[in-house]
Amino acid sequence: MMRFLLLFSRQGKLRLQKWFTPVTEREKKKVIREMTLMVLARPPRSCNFLHWRDLKIVYKRYASLYFCCGLEDQDNELLTLEVLHRYVELLDKYFGNVCELDIIFNFEKAYFILDEFLMGGEILETSKTAVGTAIEEAETLQETMEEYMSKPTY
Amino acid sequence: MSPSVRLQEMIRVIRGARTQGEERGVIQRECAAIRAQFRQADNGTRSHNLAKLLYVHMLGYPAHFGQMECVRLIASPRYNEKRVGYLGAMMLLDEKQDASLLITNSIKNDLSHSSQYVQSLALCTLGCMGSAEMCRDLAPEIDRLLRASNSYIKKKAALCAVHIVRKVPELGELFTPAARSLLSEKNHGVLHGAVVLITELCERNPDTLEQFRKVVPELVQIMKGLVMSGYSPEHNVAGISDPFLQVRILRLLRILGRNNDTASDAMNDLLAQVATNTDSSKTAGSAVLYETVLTVMDIKSESGLRVLAVNILGRFLLNNDRNIRYISMTSLQKIVQTDHNAVQRHRGTIVDCLKDQDASVKRRALELSLALVSAVNIRSLMKELLLFLSSCPPELRAHTTSGIFNAAERYAPSQRWHIDTILHVLTTAGGDVRDETVPNLIQLITTATELHCYTVHKLYRALITDISVQSLVQVACWCIGEYGDLLLRGECEETEPVQVAEDDVLDALEMVLQSHMSSPATRGFALTATMKLSTRITHNVDRIRSIVSIYGSCIDVELQQRAVEYNALFKKYDHMRAAVLERMPVIDKSSPGHTNGESAGGTMKEMEPTKLTQEVVLPQEPANKVCDLLDLLGGSAEPLQPSPALSTTPLGPVSSTAGGDLLDLLGGLDVTPVPPSVIVYEKNGVTLKLQTDRQTDTGMTVTLTATNSTDGDITSITLQAAVPKSVQLQMKAPSGDVIPAHGLGQVTQTVLLNNPNKVSLKMRVRVCYTSQGSVCQDTVQIDSFPSPAW
Repeated sequence: MMRFLLLFSRQGKLRLQKWFTPVTEREKKKVIREMTLMVLARPPRSCNFLHWRDLKIVYKRYASLYFCCGLEDQDNELLTLEVLHRYVELLDKYFGNVCELDIIFNFEKAYFILDEFLMGGEILETSKTAVGTAIEEAETLQETMEEYMSKPTY
Repeated sequence: MSPSVRLQEMIRVIRGARTQGEERGVIQRECAAIRAQFRQADNGTRSHNLAKLLYVHMLGYPAHFGQMECVRLIASPRYNEKRVGYLGAMMLLDEKQDASLLITNSIKNDLSHSSQYVQSLALCTLGCMGSAEMCRDLAPEIDRLLRASNSYIKKKAALCAVHIVRKVPELGELFTPAARSLLSEKNHGVLHGAVVLITELCERNPDTLEQFRKVVPELVQIMKGLVMSGYSPEHNVAGISDPFLQVRILRLLRILGRNNDTASDAMNDLLAQVATNTDSSKTAGSAVLYETVLTVMDIKSESGLRVLAVNILGRFLLNNDRNIRYISMTSLQKIVQTDHNAVQRHRGTIVDCLKDQDASVKRRALELSLALVSAVNIRSLMKELLLFLSSCPPELRAHTTSGIFNAAERYAPSQRWHIDTILHVLTTAGGDVRDETVPNLIQLITTATELHCYTVHKLYRALITDISVQSLVQVACWCIGEYGDLLLRGECEETEPVQVAEDDVLDALEMVLQSHMSSPATRGFALTATMKLSTRITHNVDRIRSIVSIYGSCIDVELQQRAVEYNALFKKYDHMRAAVLERMPVIDKSSPGHTNGESAGGTMKEMEPTKLTQEVVLPQEPANKVCDLLDLLGGSAEPLQPSPALSTTPLGPVSSTAGGDLLDLLGGLDVTPVPPSVIVYEKNGVTLKLQTDRQTDTGMTVTLTATNSTDGDITSITLQAAVPKSVQLQMKAPSGDVIPAHGLGQVTQTVLLNNPNKVSLKMRVRVCYTSQGSVCQDTVQIDSFPSPAW
């Protein structure tokens, strides 16, 4: 299973973090710092795989964002590269030519899309179209302000 | 109270802050506003506020005051609020927080909600951060959803079940029936979830694993369908139909086929088909091929299939893509022990990868190259490794040097080559070698008696070039001290003679003594060497006397002590000087403790064990009058009575050096006494060694070790033992029944003996094995054991 998925910029600013195991805040900060240092230090055309503690780290750079995830021993690194690519494709489909700013200003949407694609560190849906459809349909459930105020509160 | 801005406006403002301090200010204001809003009555902006808080949290600021708000929002009937509430729960709450328990009820309600999207929010959150109690509470709900819902919910329930099983393994039994029925679904998402769930169940419970072996044919069918199916726009990735599902199925097949012949047979054809038909020009195809190879190597596959798999890895090695080269080497590393010959075929490519730019690839190539060293390729491979050492990145140097030393020890074709190699390493990377290199090298040099002249010339030349590498300088000083007379004699068959005058030698040693670069240990070496030369040179003894007396007042206590003692040797004990400083006898590697008088460089740190597991051969004769500090056998150098079954040849199926004992010189510093061992059977390339260890007054542990120096593996080896009637015998399980070829591995079996009546102990051992297709059986009688007399 994937242990975590991080997105950060070339300057090391975190844009998205997803943790698939319970981790303390302190430990999270530590991991983020180490990942950022390790990945940003890599020369341009190097191998996308690293070894860190007991995990395999797979990272890929898309424009100004680094997608970085930590895998367990049994996981297939090449497949994870495809997973990262698929997530970028999903974001691209939803936002239309996605760029880093889209993810900054609509971070909650990025999370919703991620949650339709991965769950518990495993792939949830392998079909390209199904994830997009689910997000669209869920958005129709989002109420307008009038509907908001007319619904009874708890 | 200023109205708080919308989320995107706030993000813009934060990003516009020019300094860290300005940003902190903005965020503090916003957080205060958010906190106030949380306390107020409902006004339709709760979800916005929580979203803002989550953004602030991602920047690294504390957000714990939002936890209760998450709980409240999750309970709201509005989808907007629920959605953000659940997102907040996943980000801010984890099972360690108390607030997480409060959402259990909401999740339970939402799992039965009429809208599948609300159900999915609950499932997602439970699958992400559900604690063990929550999982226990909600497991029956999840099981219900696994059976009776649409595919959208089923796939989420499946992964949620995976999380539950990880948290509470006992609940696995609850999900087993549902998991089984999910395999007949058509929806890829559900299938994928089902395969992940089954994998998780099988990994945790061997009984479940047995059960699921029956579904191998079904999995094979599904896989075939994927491989043979036409283009499906929904699932196609670079020509491969749903590589994610394919890889997962292959992984499950691997677990099911491991150690099981029937299951492995059932999947052989499929694996061959996938291996040949998958297009690996893009990453997706390579990922599937990679998983196939891993599966083939792990199950009981036919040899043809294994060869195919190794060839695929070989093809990967030649791929332009660095990632593929990297994983190919990782996989080859896993199989290099079992399929050594197959991997050897690709040695050339692997060695080329040593020159790759990428540090990860270099590291993999280094490990693999070290694993591939054998007696046949040692010379060429060592050239490559030494070349690599001169340009390798600093973090790999220590590993490289120790790997080179190990390889040299095991397979050195000649002593001169061995010494040359070690010297080369010391000159290139002397700062990164292990501490015991110095005593090991010294011991090696002493045993190579014919090469003393050559060695001392070479070391002298190295010394006058560069005195910065401490290990090299120490060895050089020691050699010059010991063999200085050979150096001064000038002639040497192996290398061009160079005229060295006594003054030159003393100059070199003094340079070492006075240099700032020399460590205290090195200076000790140099001083002692200078002293030793006093009996080996003729003219400049006075110079030596003056050097020694100068250091009598040195600040370094060790040097001072040495100098004072040597001074005394000159003055009061001059008659003994020649005898004391005489040439040292050959240092036997098996003798624990120190050599005569000379402690090896003062580096008495704990030695890391070498990777080999060779047993000690008892010293043949106490020739060096070594103070056998840890000789707990009390001088019983008599165990080896002449008997046809016994021989006391030094062991080592692959080494051919004269210094054949392959142990640490100071290995005896270990606290545990080294038990003696003898060879009791040697035939057809199979060697059986017996090693004893006295545990109690009447009890003894005997370890039988079988090694194989032939070209083929020895299989089905079994050992049986019989002892006199009054002795009790208990045989423990053997470590295996296959001995790899070329001495690459061994099989050990422990036998516990109890001899309460203290009768004379004899043992008959019957050894049975299959070698090159034919079954052999032999019986050996052991009449006396290398042990303290009973």
